[in-house]
Amino acid sequence: MNTLTKTAQNAAASGVRRVPFVKPLANVRETAEGYVLQAEMPGVNKSGLEVSIENGELSILGRRSDATPSGQLVYRESRAGDYQRTFELDPTIDGEKISAKMEQGILTLTLPKTERVKPRKIAITD
Amino acid sequence: MSIIRYQFPSLFHITPSDRFSSLREDLNRLFDASLPSFSRESGWNPVLDVFQDQDNVLVQCELPGLKKEEIDLSLRDGVLTISGERKQDLANKDGEAFRCERYFGTFQRTVSLPTPVDSAQVKAVYQDGILTITLPKTEAAKPKQIEVNVS
Repeated sequence: MNTLTKTAQNAAASGVRRVPFVKPLANVRETAEGYVLQAEMPGVNKSGLEVSIENGELSILGRRSDATPSGQLVYRESRAGDYQRTFELDPTIDGEKISAKMEQGILTLTLPKTERVKPRKIAITD
Repeated sequence: MSIIRYQFPSLFHITPSDRFSSLREDLNRLFDASLPSFSRESGWNPVLDVFQDQDNVLVQCELPGLKKEEIDLSLRDGVLTISGERKQDLANKDGEAFRCERYFGTFQRTVSLPTPVDSAQVKAVYQDGILTITLPKTEAAKPKQIEVNVS
């Protein structure tokens, strides 16, 4: 699963100027059963989340639901933008069975592999 | 006000099972040699914002993936300290790492507050991975309107 860098090109092609997306930090792990992807998107809850699969690419979009506090800004480090990131899907992933969970700003995607490619034990008959 | 500078999590926080481990290790060595501060132990400094209005000082800290109980808050001599530890969960132990950008471990951020606050009235909310701390200003620190009578 590789990260694609198409976002910038798409934005340039559409000619629309908008607030740049923040690329969420992500961990991806592979097990025999499939992949587990975790992305950090603080400020996003379930309703602001869009996960889609198109042309073998997994696209994550997280819209922040937290409003910027009123009052005078004293000090800022955060980048208040929505989150977006695209991953290239391993063809062995079963797109129908992807599940997502959002918990305290962490998106966890479980991407199981198709039964065909999962390791299996073959029973030996006498 | 003085705030400890935010640093990005180490870019080279990669487990040895990563596919490009040997190349990355070479790069690590190169960076460690030239930039001693850029080491693996640099730690996690969560992103932090400070706002203030007439009545309150507001501190927001991005701490995704923690439990409420894992965050420690303390206020002493006008200095707010946010600390805790993010532990590796099961999802980050199984199998082989492909991509390893998230930081796990202890963190601590310190904010020297711009005005005196009423420590008994401090409220903290942890939602969607963001910790919001509301610190009401003391009466003495609030801006006051002075009426001027023009005769």
